[in-house]
Amino acid sequence: MTPGDGRTGSAVGRPLRRIDARGKVTGETLFADDLSLPGMLHLKLVRASLPHARILGVETAAARGMEGVRAILTGADFLVPFGILPVSQDEHALCVGKVRFVGDPVAAVVADDELSAEEAAALVEVRYEPLATIASPEEALSTPEPRIHDYGDGGNVHKAVALDFGDVPAALAGADRVFEDLFFYQGNTHLAMEQHATLAYVDPDGLLTIASSTQTPHYLHRAAARVLGLPPARIRVLAPPQGGGFGGKTDPFNHEIVAARAALLTGRPVKIALTREEVFLCHRGRHPVLMRMRTGIDRSGRILGHSVETLLDGGAYGSYGVASTFYTGALETVTYRMDRYRFRGCRTFTNKPPCGPKRGHGTPQPRFGLEVQIDKICEQIGRDPAEWRIENATQPDTLTANWLEIRTTGLVRCLEAVVAASGWRERRGKLGRGRGLGIASSAYMCGAGLPIYFNDMPHSGVQLLLDRGGGVTAFCGSTEVGQGSDNVLALLVAEVLGLLPSDVKVVTGDTSLAPVDLGSYSSRVTLMMGNAAVDAASRARERLAAAAATRLEIPAERVGFGGGKLFDVSDPSRSIVFAQAVQLAEAAGGTVGTTGSYRPPTPKARFKGGGVGPSPAYSYSAAVVEVAVDEATGVVRVVKVWIAHDIGRALNPVAVRGQVEGSVYMGLGEVLMEEQAFCRLPPRLSSALVHRGPSMLDYKSPTSLDMPAVETILVENPEPNGPFGAKEVGQGPLLPIPPAVANAVHDAVGVRVDESPVTPEKVLAALRDPSRRFGPTTFPEVPWPEPVRVAPPWEGKP
Amino acid sequence: MSPAGPVPEHGPRARSRISLIVNTQPRELLVDPWKTLLELLREDLGLTGTKHGCELGECGACAVLLDGDLALSCLVPAVECDGRHVTTVEGLRDGPELHPLQAAFADHGATQCGYCTPGMLVAARWVLDRNPSATREEIAEALSGQLCRCTGYLQIYEAVESAARVLRGEPPSPPRLPAADRSVPDDAR
Amino acid sequence: MMRLPRFRYLAPRTLPELTAVLADVGPDAALLAGGTDLLPSMKRRQETPAALVGLRTVPELRARSGDAIAGLTLGATTRLCELAGDGAVTGAWPALARAASLVGSPPLRNVGTLGGNLCLDTRCTYWNQTHAWRKSIGFCLKKDGDTCWVAPGSTRCWAVSSSDTAPVLCALGAEVTLASRTGERRIPVPDLFADDGIRHLTKARGEVLAAIHLPSPRPDERSVYLKLRRREAIDFPVLGVAARVRLGSGGVVEAARIFLGGVGSRPQEATAAAAFLLGRRLTDEETVTEAARLAAQVAKPLQNTDFALGWRKGAAREYVGRALRELARPR
Ligand SMILES: Cc1cc2nc3c(=O)[nH]c(=O)nc-3n(C[C@H](O)[C@H](O)[C@H](O)COP(=O)(O)OP(=O)(O)OC[C@H]3O[C@@H](n4cnc5c(N)ncnc54)[C@H](O)[C@@H]3O)c2cc1C
Ligand code: SF4
Ligand code: FES
Ligand code: FES
Repeated sequence: MTPGDGRTGSAVGRPLRRIDARGKVTGETLFADDLSLPGMLHLKLVRASLPHARILGVETAAARGMEGVRAILTGADFLVPFGILPVSQDEHALCVGKVRFVGDPVAAVVADDELSAEEAAALVEVRYEPLATIASPEEALSTPEPRIHDYGDGGNVHKAVALDFGDVPAALAGADRVFEDLFFYQGNTHLAMEQHATLAYVDPDGLLTIASSTQTPHYLHRAAARVLGLPPARIRVLAPPQGGGFGGKTDPFNHEIVAARAALLTGRPVKIALTREEVFLCHRGRHPVLMRMRTGIDRSGRILGHSVETLLDGGAYGSYGVASTFYTGALETVTYRMDRYRFRGCRTFTNKPPCGPKRGHGTPQPRFGLEVQIDKICEQIGRDPAEWRIENATQPDTLTANWLEIRTTGLVRCLEAVVAASGWRERRGKLGRGRGLGIASSAYMCGAGLPIYFNDMPHSGVQLLLDRGGGVTAFCGSTEVGQGSDNVLALLVAEVLGLLPSDVKVVTGDTSLAPVDLGSYSSRVTLMMGNAAVDAASRARERLAAAAATRLEIPAERVGFGGGKLFDVSDPSRSIVFAQAVQLAEAAGGTVGTTGSYRPPTPKARFKGGGVGPSPAYSYSAAVVEVAVDEATGVVRVVKVWIAHDIGRALNPVAVRGQVEGSVYMGLGEVLMEEQAFCRLPPRLSSALVHRGPSMLDYKSPTSLDMPAVETILVENPEPNGPFGAKEVGQGPLLPIPPAVANAVHDAVGVRVDESPVTPEKVLAALRDPSRRFGPTTFPEVPWPEPVRVAPPWEGKP
Repeated sequence: MSPAGPVPEHGPRARSRISLIVNTQPRELLVDPWKTLLELLREDLGLTGTKHGCELGECGACAVLLDGDLALSCLVPAVECDGRHVTTVEGLRDGPELHPLQAAFADHGATQCGYCTPGMLVAARWVLDRNPSATREEIAEALSGQLCRCTGYLQIYEAVESAARVLRGEPPSPPRLPAADRSVPDDAR
Repeated sequence: MMRLPRFRYLAPRTLPELTAVLADVGPDAALLAGGTDLLPSMKRRQETPAALVGLRTVPELRARSGDAIAGLTLGATTRLCELAGDGAVTGAWPALARAASLVGSPPLRNVGTLGGNLCLDTRCTYWNQTHAWRKSIGFCLKKDGDTCWVAPGSTRCWAVSSSDTAPVLCALGAEVTLASRTGERRIPVPDLFADDGIRHLTKARGEVLAAIHLPSPRPDERSVYLKLRRREAIDFPVLGVAARVRLGSGGVVEAARIFLGGVGSRPQEATAAAAFLLGRRLTDEETVTEAARLAAQVAKPLQNTDFALGWRKGAAREYVGRALRELARPR
């Protein structure tokens, strides 16, 4: 399918109401916790109160004796481990042998109501033998024993990777100037408004059903089958619409599996609804990353060699960590030309809630470093940072140093758009004391080139059912997390068939009723599900066109689709209505059902570690941010944001704008105030290591009054690999915001805060420090493995 | 004028009977004193439109109108609702037609995941009830206890402003589109 | 979902009934006004009272009398939202209206009361946490433990007075009436507060805060309230600066009171700064700088709120300066 092919103009590009909007504004949309069944029991987890300890015993008798208690489970009920990645099957639904962070679930109580379950859970006594607490990557490196896990790359290193694309040390030695900087990007969490909830039950047909707030029902399906020892065909996973995900619901979670087992055990529906604090403990959010970047440029400012070292605080479990580690290096090359590239990444285990993928998965951290470093370089060499970016932007149809294939790129146009809209050239440097402008750009993937577990099957499948009444139903395992994927599915089918999106019914987030879609992660859904949908719809279109052609007595190529009709393109007055076309097709060839599927192209990167980064397409963004900095207090106020995003093609401009502005919002939260921060008491007093403020009051998500004006510009440049040219928008636009803010602060008051969040404390400290900088000053020794050496495309074959 | 009889008492063992008006419907039910209005609505009345994101007064997802005032149902004991009027998202419309605020939220992209939406809608209704021509600043202030993680709030403001126009008898404003840069020639267009 | 623990609920219908009930049920009862402070604490199991005594059914606590000329008496259950919309309050005590309008968020102000705001429990990052959280670090002095995690050597609790209206009412010279079965007493607002994070109120258990009395302001009087917090809404004050001055001819300060909230277990009075201002002009930048320096000395923040400790000290000086400059602004 090439763009333009099969367009009817009925849906693509129109600012139509989302198909799921009505249910959301009436309150009828049922989220996981809105589901309830007769006889439903309630589940509460007993969570570890120590950060690292051996479990000596779990005393449940007192809890068992409580009124209303129906069942109690412990680690003994869940001996099979699971985890999202095949290489890190390191979680147990309830801890077996030891606990690894405060909040690790140890036991579970099932009772008639939630309050009784909670009261009984408080009576479960766990006896522990404490182990040394490992609080930071530095501690993890210097404390190989006790090991948090008995796998990984030695000691408490989970994963260490090294990739060389050409001889970077030689490039730096030959460079005109070399810049070295250290950056730190703080961890933060998704904070989706909906707290995770799961309802598990055995349906009347004996099928174990798990309805859960999950972005990845397919992976939950696999994990549940594995842990519960059931054939996958005996399990059905439902993913109702979610109240936001942002990556926080992409792992299979222990509470989901415990609820399932509890339902099997009691024969009753079992519900668990996590508290906000528990959601903070599930986490899987942004890794805190310490970075060292070295960049050598020639006289013209061109990057001859770029080196990135990252040290990730992974928390207590693997999660997506191996992928996250690679992601802190993978997309470094996609925005600006660089001749050679060197990457070192190390993820450590620590006794904290596990980190994982959050909007931008692993890439906002090095993006922050790269974009701030470029700002510094431009300052040093006297170049305008916008001009430098425009001049050095990667070009379409090229390969990067690490063999990523850039097809379309709207980066230059994004940069030019925000430069023009913000008045960058006229206003920069003339805003007066305490005011400044900063710029940054970025790129993101439209879906990972490879699935999470190795297989040759499609990444997304869509089935279409056309009924005699003219109804169209699209079935896809994709999950609506708020981003609008249900609408994209309906919209694309509608576009091909000449209908309105609201004419198409969707059945999604159901592993029994719909073909597999891998899930709502890595910005893959619009492109991958979208291509599958267009594929399925095109096949249906062929059948309908053939049937209509017979009736209208014209060749099938002359059949047009639009306005709910099929017509003769050379005489549109000759037409039949859509339902009639379906009936004719059904009469001619039987029930009208089609399938479509999508598998991304084989990546060009053919080396160990090359599986992370390739994508069918990359989206690009650029932002200019204006700030006002109070020099007496260091308080930063964002005045306005101009952002341009290379969307390929906007399938629905209102929805796209929402994704862009939502990303800007989240990026501002990350760079100004959000922190998944921990509190360690003096070790002589307590071994505790706890989340500093696991609440929506202490975790600072910007309020309506903290949100600045945003001007959103879409750059449309259709991408051959995207459905009708569309690229992703859910994650990319977050990326330029944090560095643009840091750069704007520098423009305003001349200080560098090389670490997120850019808080008043740090700005003031930088203002008072002779170095005019706040940020990390050391990078520990890391035992890097022998690098995988791959010549960049222009230096040889991979 | 001293009331007769012992001080009214509820619980802990005996539930108490309360009557209240929910979305103009009189309701009578037995509640435990420790039940919140949020739990009463969602669990006893099946009105799951009202959401919850913290249950501690920190997020606004559970907002309802209590005697016409915006309130957080997670912090209101149900026993204190005896004789009061509650309006939830389900009560915004009367019949199949959407309330202008609901229609505007749907059309302006003001609902993404939709989880903050019920609270946002009642908060918006509250501000427009008091001030039909509220300014952008007044709307932002009125919604400042309602967190939304999806939208960045701007499309929500535009929806409230458009609904306010409709409620004042003016035509709605069309959804604001992002500026589009289509400078590259594109034969597929 | 966070749920309340089980309790008994009592709904007295008059003030005498209320004080009688309070005396009868004893220490295991808690007064429930708007509940926006108490109920979150109960959900986190910081408090697990066996009985809640509701105040919303007691009409005496809603009474309002007087005016800007004679002084105003507000019942303790006056809601915070009513202050911002009360012409007498906004006209005569704008700092109070301002403080009330900055509390939490609109729905909290629609329910939260002035009495509840004054009686608001002290706050601490080690205290406003769930039972599970507090258990995992070990319970602290404030309840069930014997160490203060903020100041491990300390024998007292340093939890922070975090009310927006308390420092303002102190600065305004307001008084409160406390009622109990045995009668009523009226005390200046500063005397309501003890310098202790655990028993932060001087009121006896059997006493209920019945009313707040605002003295009528003199025409040459000005007051101001500034609040510092990370976000523009929802957040508690990390610092509140309340100041009232009387300016004589030529803008000379004839009387001044400055109270800081959020920096100690009760609103802290900056007496040295106030004394320094007497006879000086707020338009004089050196005067303001010195007064701000003196005022900030009473701010002894510990690391148990949002923001870093050292920064909060500096911010206190800066904000007092801003408050004084605002008072000096011609109007
Ligand atoms: C997310 C959030 C943010 C908040 N932000 C702020 C803020 O910025 N600034 C701020 O000041 N507060 C804030 N609060 C706290 C609270 O909302 C307000 O302080 C409110 O005014 C408390 O009043 P209330 O009537 O709800 O108190 P309640 O919760 O009903 O009572 C508070 C305490 O006072 C006692 N009490 C109440 N009334 C009386 C009385 N008449 N006599 C004796 N004792 C009494 C109660 O027993 C209880 O111990 C916030 C709360 C939340 C949940
Ligand atoms: S100041 Fe100390 S004793 Fe008081 S609540 Fe905080 S940690 Fe506990
Ligand atoms: S659920 Fe009530 S405010 Fe968050
Ligand atoms: S629309 Fe998702 S939280 Fe607001």
